[in-house]
Amino acid sequence: MGHEMTMRPSESVTHPADAGADRGPLQTGAEVVSIRPTGEYVLLTLRAPGVAERTRPGQFAALAVGGPGSSMLLRRAFSIHRVDAETDTVEIVFAVHGKGTAWLAELRPGDSVDVAAPLGRPFELPEQPTSCVLVAGGYGSAPMFGLAERLRERDCAVHLVLGAASEPRLFGVAEAERVADSVTVTTEDGSVGRRGRVTNALPDLIRRAQVRAAYACGPMAMLRAVADVAARHDLPSQCAVEEAMACGVGVCMTCVLPVVGDDGRTRMTRSCVDGPVFAGHRVHWDAIGTIPDETVGAPSEGGR
Amino acid sequence: MSDVDLTTDLAGLALPNPVMTASGCAAAGRELDQFFDVAELGAVVTKSIMRDPRSGRPTPRMAETPSGMLNSIGLQGPGIDAFLADDLPWLVQRGARTVVSIAGSSVGEYAELAGRVGKSAGVSAIEVNISCPNVENRGLVFACDPTQASTVIAAVRPEVPAEIPVFAKLSPDVTDIVTIAESVMSAGATGLSMINTLLGIAIDPDTLRPVLGGVTGGLSGPAIRPVALRCVWQVHAAMPDVPIIGIGGIRTGFDALEFLLAGATAVQVGTVIFHDPGAPMRVVAGLAGELAARGFGKPAEVVGLAHRGGDVA
Repeated sequence: MGHEMTMRPSESVTHPADAGADRGPLQTGAEVVSIRPTGEYVLLTLRAPGVAERTRPGQFAALAVGGPGSSMLLRRAFSIHRVDAETDTVEIVFAVHGKGTAWLAELRPGDSVDVAAPLGRPFELPEQPTSCVLVAGGYGSAPMFGLAERLRERDCAVHLVLGAASEPRLFGVAEAERVADSVTVTTEDGSVGRRGRVTNALPDLIRRAQVRAAYACGPMAMLRAVADVAARHDLPSQCAVEEAMACGVGVCMTCVLPVVGDDGRTRMTRSCVDGPVFAGHRVHWDAIGTIPDETVGAPSEGGR
Repeated sequence: MSDVDLTTDLAGLALPNPVMTASGCAAAGRELDQFFDVAELGAVVTKSIMRDPRSGRPTPRMAETPSGMLNSIGLQGPGIDAFLADDLPWLVQRGARTVVSIAGSSVGEYAELAGRVGKSAGVSAIEVNISCPNVENRGLVFACDPTQASTVIAAVRPEVPAEIPVFAKLSPDVTDIVTIAESVMSAGATGLSMINTLLGIAIDPDTLRPVLGGVTGGLSGPAIRPVALRCVWQVHAAMPDVPIIGIGGIRTGFDALEFLLAGATAVQVGTVIFHDPGAPMRVVAGLAGELAARGFGKPAEVVGLAHRGGDVA
């Protein structure tokens, strides 16, 4: 039996805003088409047949690292940057943080890497033309370009805010103008754009551009801050979280965070299958890393 | 490979092959069914079910270690009501053979769970998880004490119809696993699942504090395979007629064959699923290949073979 498996449609719930996203992931030996540095990151283009046409903005790919027999068992999850159904290619962006990403950075065109994708729930799209702000920290901008294109297909205005600690940690600034009605760049050291954080730029932009929906991807602290600003302006927000994952497919229960469900109850919720995109007001941002008392099955609730 | 017949008799259960998923590594089957047909497995072993919904432990819940990982999930789950209403019917409707893993924080809870699961249609076997290390009180790891371990099994067995096998899942974190194995077998277990994870700790290089929110976690993956094999070996040597399910870091067909040679009748694939969701069916195919390459026709021919002398055919 080969490594590539055929799929049946997923039996899981369909995504209400995006019927095309319910076809389930593929696991495939993807071929490296190109790999190149971009700022402090690496842009990896993979040929992964069937993945592109299934992918919606906000979904992610989980890559096995270290090759066959690897001592590194856990998959590395990355949000999907661009896809091209014509060439069957998928792009991801990553930073070299540890041994797994260092191995990925050494891949060369023609090499093979095992990919499971697309995974997770994508960003929900507005039913009506809406003015949207898309906020990204660092390489959290990766999924925002595909999202911007989808939104503009629906006649939404797209205002992109890209922030990072410094210029080399921004990703995609050069192509931002092409997909957005406005682009705001912030850096904490002022090396390019406005000095400060993405949230410093938001209130003014929300007012000026009559923004009615916010999307965010980046570090947890940034997501929390964006969700707060959105809530203060009475805007719905959709935040793609970065939680450490072991499997990426919903079986290991490691990537949980406290999220309020439709029934108003808080549960430890898997970011891989119930996320990575969550409505900002549903996430207990200040309680990540804890089990809030009101969580279903919490020790204080008599769950032990 | 066509002349290998993988069908396996596990304590009276007829399985199409001896490969199952390990508890806690396949949820209740639905997610993996996107990658392969779970009905083709020997069986799906569910994540351990408790009586009440349970949130589990705080994050971080995992740390990668050499050829393995630590987890401190803490038995997060929906509770038995939701399991029987949603998860079990799905497995039955898919045609998967289902081994339900149960975990309790008291002997009474184990007995109650066993009774409810035993009455439910479509359950092939029950695995009694008396060995999860992720509990607040280490004294509650029943499998670390022969008396407590046998008390749980003695309470569970009468609640379950006689035709449903009851497997006790044992911890390697004991001085003498044979003593524990003997105590649960005399308490009425049909067979043994070996092994659960080993208790471990990892420390974060930046914070200089334990990585896991729960401080300690269970070590699993290929790193523990020799320990698991040793446990299977020792128990099979002491009790050659006891059905054993071998568990611990199985990644390839040969890894599965190793467990059979040491005395297991069936095996479970666990942590490697996180690396490769298609791993269980790869192990099924790999095991058939390993048997064929050595001229064996059935898994049963090699169970415990490594204990016996003589030349390889």
